[in-house]
Amino acid sequence: MDRMSYAIEVEKLTKIYGRGETAVTALLDATFQVKPGELVAILGPSGSGKSTLLTAIGLINEPTRGRVVLDGALVADGGWVAGIDLKRLRREKLGFIFQAHNLIPFLTAQENVMVALEINRVSRHDAKIRAAELLGSLNLGRRLNNYPSALSGGEAQRVAIARALANVPKVILADEPTAALDTENGKNVMALLKKLAVENSSAILVVTHDHRMVEGFDRIFEVHDGRISCPPLAEGER
Amino acid sequence: MNLAVRDIRYHLGRFILTSVGLGLLLGVVMSMGGIYRGLFADALAVLNHTRADIWVVQQDTNGPFAENSRIPEDIKYRIKGVPGVAQASPLSFETLQLERGGRPFRFFLIGYDLNGFGGPPVITAGRNIRQKHYELVAAKGMNMALGEKLHLGLHDYTVVGITGKVVSSSGDPAAYVSLSDAQDIQFKKDNDAIRSDRARIDANLSRIQTLSPTQTKFLRQNVAAIAESTHTVNTVVARLAPGADLSQVKERINRWNHFRPLSEEEQSRILTKGMIEKARMQLGLFRIILLVISAVIISLIIYTSTLDKIRVIATLKLIGSPNRVIVGMILQQSLLMGVIAYAIGYLLLLMTYDKFPRRIVLEPFDLRLLLAIVIVICILASFVGIRKALKVEPAEALGG
Ligand SMILES: Nc1ncnc2c1ncn2[C@@H]1O[C@H](COP(=O)(O)OP(=O)(O)O)[C@@H](O)[C@H]1O
Ligand SMILES: [Mg+2]
Repeated sequence: MDRMSYAIEVEKLTKIYGRGETAVTALLDATFQVKPGELVAILGPSGSGKSTLLTAIGLINEPTRGRVVLDGALVADGGWVAGIDLKRLRREKLGFIFQAHNLIPFLTAQENVMVALEINRVSRHDAKIRAAELLGSLNLGRRLNNYPSALSGGEAQRVAIARALANVPKVILADEPTAALDTENGKNVMALLKKLAVENSSAILVVTHDHRMVEGFDRIFEVHDGRISCPPLAEGER
Repeated sequence: MNLAVRDIRYHLGRFILTSVGLGLLLGVVMSMGGIYRGLFADALAVLNHTRADIWVVQQDTNGPFAENSRIPEDIKYRIKGVPGVAQASPLSFETLQLERGGRPFRFFLIGYDLNGFGGPPVITAGRNIRQKHYELVAAKGMNMALGEKLHLGLHDYTVVGITGKVVSSSGDPAAYVSLSDAQDIQFKKDNDAIRSDRARIDANLSRIQTLSPTQTKFLRQNVAAIAESTHTVNTVVARLAPGADLSQVKERINRWNHFRPLSEEEQSRILTKGMIEKARMQLGLFRIILLVISAVIISLIIYTSTLDKIRVIATLKLIGSPNRVIVGMILQQSLLMGVIAYAIGYLLLLMTYDKFPRRIVLEPFDLRLLLAIVIVICILASFVGIRKALKVEPAEALGG
């Protein structure tokens, strides 16, 4: 497999917050690749640098050093590549899921999904239909017109997942998506992500600190003090 | 999907409340414009209803609306004789204040020649004055019923007709009587005064030893007639014959030396420039202050509503919304609020404007100008929110 076909490629990725005496090295020389359709868990204690990794790959948090290649496009090489349109890459190639669901409070479940589609130039009519289908497939068919405040934690998180999936992104980044959920709902969400990785052949990075949640994942990366240790891809898969 | 409208829909109560508040403010701004136009319309009401080309007034005065102007009534004959003059008619004006139902009751009494012009412009109820004496046509604003009586000077006057919204330049409703009645009311002395005048004339004449009794009697009659004469008016108005030259007619009247002919245009300038210029500036200043207050309020509302939405904005940025989506949301919200507040203010004013004590005239031009100003204010006000929104980092969506 040539490098063009990795969904995520990270090389010596480093993030240092602040300068001088107060500088914090949150991430140091992370290097790994993730294939399309691969479901990867990132485990590590609080403050180890998991979110930093995710936001650097997610084009939210500018890396200090190192390279990031997303779906074949070089996006960071010692800082963002000059002239890059981060928002456009985010809406076209990435999907985000967070601990707090981050739904827009004044939009209904369906409208929250429609927003993601409409900013990607999907017509309102098509967006409406696709949002309804997507939410239906996540068992939210009866919740289309509910505001986030009327949804349970698990339902809200599934709406957020629907929003992240709406544009069928190549890369889905999930930061502790189950933290606000009970074990039952948490397991359901993880199972859902697993299914999606296969169906959409998206690379999915899931940050969690709960070991019980990671069964069935393709690989597990562990982060300690900003250093990441990841099992390499199996020989045949390189 | 329109995010501005969705947000408003979700916070509908809050939005309506702020819009109504803002609407009241804009309604006041609108009404001030209307009051100014009303002042204008009031000031010119009598002038416009009279439809005269020339107002002949006392020499060296600015006419009856600005100061005291007294000229003899019979000058109307001389004016009629001027080439180019088609009609001339004497008018008298007087502001009266009486007690009515225990309250001060102010009105503007217009006396006109029943055979001339300058009388009530329309009769909406009852009839016009037919008899030379003791009949009165009241403007709507007098709130008088047909048949009602009003005691003026030495006599009772009966309301025989109602005319439209005629007011004096200070906004008091007008009442019409015949010129001779008006002259009586304005100039006629009561019997005591007449008696003492006659006694004084007698006393003065009796000091002149050389007068024969016949001469004394003759003089006494003449002096008393002059002293008791009421044949004075405040102005004589004239209409020109078609094709007559205004400046030539004025020139001619000017040459008589005792009168000043004012063209309709000069008269209207005296009424507007001198009398309502200060009120205009005052109202203008208030409008500017209120508009500045509205601008500050809109800015504050937009700014705080942007602060409320920081997380929403960060989330939108995170999922890759272009800036125009975020700018559009804030700008549209600001414009919607301004336009809806404007509409509310306008509706409130429409429902209440005829209940204002003074006339309010809503000119389409003024309304459109205000709408344009409100839109500009909304756009400027949204800048503070937009500036804040553009600085929001997508990472701010992650915390908590
Ligand atoms: N914006 C920031 N400024 C300074 N230090 C930060 C910032 N964000 C995170 N850090 C620090 O970087 C380290 C890694 O943080 P983070 O990536 O959030 O860890 P995790 O998600 O694993 O809990 C922590 O020591 C944290 O205090
Ligand atoms: Mg974290």
